[in-house]
Amino acid sequence: MTDELLTLLSGEVLEEDVELTLAELCRTCRLPAEQVIELVQEGVVEPLGRDPAHWRFQGISVQRVHCALRLERDLGVNVAGAALALDLLEELEALHARLKRFGA
Amino acid sequence: MEFKDYYQIMGVKRDVTQDEIKRAYRKLARKYHPDVSKEPEAEVRFKEVGEAYEVLKDPEKRAAYDQLGADWKGGQDFRPPPGWDQGFEFHGGGYTGADAAGFSDFFESLFGQGFAPGAQARGGFHARGEDTHARVMIDLEDAYHGATRTLTLKHTELGADGRPQLRERTLNVRIPTGVRQHQHIRLARQGGAGIGKGEPGDLYLEVEFRPHPFYHVEGRDVFLDLPVAPWEAALGATVQAPTPTGSVDLKIPAGSSGGRKLRLKGRGIPGKPPGDLYVVLQIALPTAESEAARAAWRELEKTLKFNPRARLGV
Repeated sequence: MTDELLTLLSGEVLEEDVELTLAELCRTCRLPAEQVIELVQEGVVEPLGRDPAHWRFQGISVQRVHCALRLERDLGVNVAGAALALDLLEELEALHARLKRFGA
Repeated sequence: MEFKDYYQIMGVKRDVTQDEIKRAYRKLARKYHPDVSKEPEAEVRFKEVGEAYEVLKDPEKRAAYDQLGADWKGGQDFRPPPGWDQGFEFHGGGYTGADAAGFSDFFESLFGQGFAPGAQARGGFHARGEDTHARVMIDLEDAYHGATRTLTLKHTELGADGRPQLRERTLNVRIPTGVRQHQHIRLARQGGAGIGKGEPGDLYLEVEFRPHPFYHVEGRDVFLDLPVAPWEAALGATVQAPTPTGSVDLKIPAGSSGGRKLRLKGRGIPGKPPGDLYVVLQIALPTAESEAARAAWRELEKTLKFNPRARLGV
């Protein structure tokens, strides 16, 4: 392996450095705007800003959208079900982290 | 290649109805879905189940599979008999909407070639590559100072013969200062290759901290359990405490009890704002092994008249 020859790749941290408009989120996730708007209405992602033209999505929205689409495709849940699953998964993750801290 | 018993993988009998197959699939998919499951090997199992369902959910493919006979056992060496699929008409090719990248050679040999339209064969077809995901393990210290990590990733790629092949590649990635547990680093254009003139997809790296022997992390904040002697807690003291950026002198206030949290502002994971480092005091007891030690404890008992259970009313 010639590691020295590999270029050093720098990325951006989704949760910190990235904020997306509706158009950018559509492009990144390859979805039509109608579908992203449906995801917003069901609470899969929560943008800042009053109306779609001014929406700003946190970078982590990309992950939530991808995950919701996979759950829809693979488990046959609808958008509201995917939103519920995402929230529960987040809660579960937080609980697991606390459990680990107490050595369980 | 190995024969795959799709009925066994789905945990159903060979004579079940299509509805029962769907129910079995949904149940297994919920159990092993990589976004949901904490099962070991979830991803492998999920792909296996997906492949089985891809065949059994489609009455045409299921009928073709069934006529291979019921005598085959999973894992047996298998070659498709010549002309095995004669008389079967497949609609829409061997692959449907499923993510076929991880399907086995067994599936490929039966339903792959000839049935798949083969995207690259169609002239002028372009598509952006898939976004891919991987995990990168770092140490807590890397989040303080930044680091570089060399990752070896396995991925499937369409070979010259149009069939997926496993490839390995090595990446050198900068871990930015201030990154936190479960955050994602997006590396543009490092995902799956595009088809035709399509752009490559992006690679998402999920950051995972290796467990640390004495720190633990919550968001930006870092916690340290610091043992102190009973007299240090009672009388106050200045003691040395490790931090991820080097040891510091820490003032223990007099009259501290076990579990007291001391906050070192801004010494958590760097950022805007940076996290804090919390030092949690743990009173450590000296052993009473020697006669002198026992005498000292007895002396303390006599002098203090201390009832630790006063609050319990006993």
